[in-house]
Amino acid sequence: MAKTRPMTITEKILAAHAGKKQVSPGELIDCRVDLALGNDITAPLAIQAFEEMGAKKVFHRDRVVLVPDHFVPAKDILSAEQCKVLRQFAKRQRLTNFFEVGKAGIEHALLPDQGLVLPGDLVIGADSHTCTYGAVGAFSTGVGSTDLGAVMATGRLWFKVPESLKLVYYGKLNPWVSGKDFILFTIGDIGVDGALYQAMEFSGEAIKALPMSSRFTIANMAIEAGGKNGIFEPDRATLEYVKPRAKRPYKLYESDPDARYAAVREYDASRIQPQVALPHIPSNVKDVREVGKIEIDQVVIGSCTNGRLDDLRVAARILKGKKIAPSLRLIVIPATQEIYRQAMKEGLLEIFLSAGAVVSPPTCGPCLGGYMGVLAEGERSLATTNRNFRGRMGHAGSEVYLSSPAVAAASAVKGRICHPEEVVRSR
Amino acid sequence: MKLEGRVWKFGSDVDTDAIIPARYLNQSDPKELAKHVMEDERPAFKKEVRKGDILLADKNFGCGSSREHAPLALKAVGVSCVIAKSFARIFYRNGFNQGLLLLESQEAAETIKEGDRVRVDLAKREILDLTQKKKFSASPIPGFMLELIKDGGLISHIRKKGLKKR
Repeated sequence: MAKTRPMTITEKILAAHAGKKQVSPGELIDCRVDLALGNDITAPLAIQAFEEMGAKKVFHRDRVVLVPDHFVPAKDILSAEQCKVLRQFAKRQRLTNFFEVGKAGIEHALLPDQGLVLPGDLVIGADSHTCTYGAVGAFSTGVGSTDLGAVMATGRLWFKVPESLKLVYYGKLNPWVSGKDFILFTIGDIGVDGALYQAMEFSGEAIKALPMSSRFTIANMAIEAGGKNGIFEPDRATLEYVKPRAKRPYKLYESDPDARYAAVREYDASRIQPQVALPHIPSNVKDVREVGKIEIDQVVIGSCTNGRLDDLRVAARILKGKKIAPSLRLIVIPATQEIYRQAMKEGLLEIFLSAGAVVSPPTCGPCLGGYMGVLAEGERSLATTNRNFRGRMGHAGSEVYLSSPAVAAASAVKGRICHPEEVVRSR
Repeated sequence: MKLEGRVWKFGSDVDTDAIIPARYLNQSDPKELAKHVMEDERPAFKKEVRKGDILLADKNFGCGSSREHAPLALKAVGVSCVIAKSFARIFYRNGFNQGLLLLESQEAAETIKEGDRVRVDLAKREILDLTQKKKFSASPIPGFMLELIKDGGLISHIRKKGLKKR
């Protein structure tokens, strides 16, 4: 009997969903999709495509998820119309998982917390940050609206099997360093197309030491290196997160020890300091101590990258008993309704409000220059979001810097980008 | 299938926020999107682009978000083809799904100049710079993706073939 070729976790999940024993990089395969996601920006086009294709019914009413999160609560009439398209489609198709304002939040924080994405799943979403779910050991990638429309109709989609890039992190973490610093450092190293078309497999002892929140942050920004997906082998932390949430069976995959990689890159975590991505590209990364004196007008803590409870906790630890710089606005956005509620119970919101922050309901709003913190010409924002392209948060003449919640909170106090140590002595 | 047009040259890592800023994504009408295409990146583009024009770019064209509004907006202003050293993967899928031809050619991306007239012969995978009288070859495209271009995108392709419940 022919011996099967050793495979990576990504190849194994794709093979399983293509009904094949094995797959190889470059191969075009047709896969069964476990879950398909759309939001208020991408789903209207997907629904239009679905209807134009002649489809009448979604492939599975539990497996098509619609989350209005980008411009909600509706910021204007046009946004309200887009949300209405989702709402009516969800009703017509009797979708189980339509998340209305008040029950929802930012899709990529919401879906894992709801137990909708599980290890071994194949998930697609019409949102580039769908790669977030690789943190639980799923294959998960972003597609456009027409692909989403086709999946809603058929439950299937074609893929090209990606090569895998193995990223190994070892050593001890420095104080105030979190997943955001790992991923910014990595993007700074390999560039915004350093993993183009590839699966980014995050591994090593330093990764195993990271909480799920940090892993979500890392997987979330795989797209910022051009990656098709970011993925982590499930471990104890994964299972602790997934078990109480899962409502259906799931499967744990891991890479074979002799699996083939396009490249293997190793990073010494002890050399990673808090990172900042300077305008106008996420790979323009420096150690926070090396950015110089950058005064800022606005700080945003939130988004699908860093709006989770751990992110708010670290920000609150820094902001407790302090005031933000008088020249600056701080916007804090808990990513979901549940995170919001928990932050309230823990007293985090009180800390933010006392520091002079505004706390927004869950929304993607400012990250993409939608609303709730759009920048004027010449303004500068430090944000825990994922992209700092020109004009991303507003006027083409504004600037966006990216960092972790710890750096963002400390910088809000100082009024300029700084290391958390400048504000809080010990951890 | 043959295309001919005037070239607009862009740099590397042109992101989807540059192609169509997110502030215009509260709707998806191609005519509205066309009014703002490349607005922050190159303000003159939307006024001067003509039907049939070709975009030429360095590496990683279309990086960033999954918004299909990006290829939709380019098509809406009449862009017939994008030639680049490489494309970001979601944009690549979206382009073909929208029936927008995307060609990869390192040599063409390096040699062709802004304003050159370029002819593309899809059957031969040939890019011909009529101004410089130079010929380049584009990377192969999987057969079924070529069908998408011929049918005018995934929706028309599916309508033609019939929607299979699989």
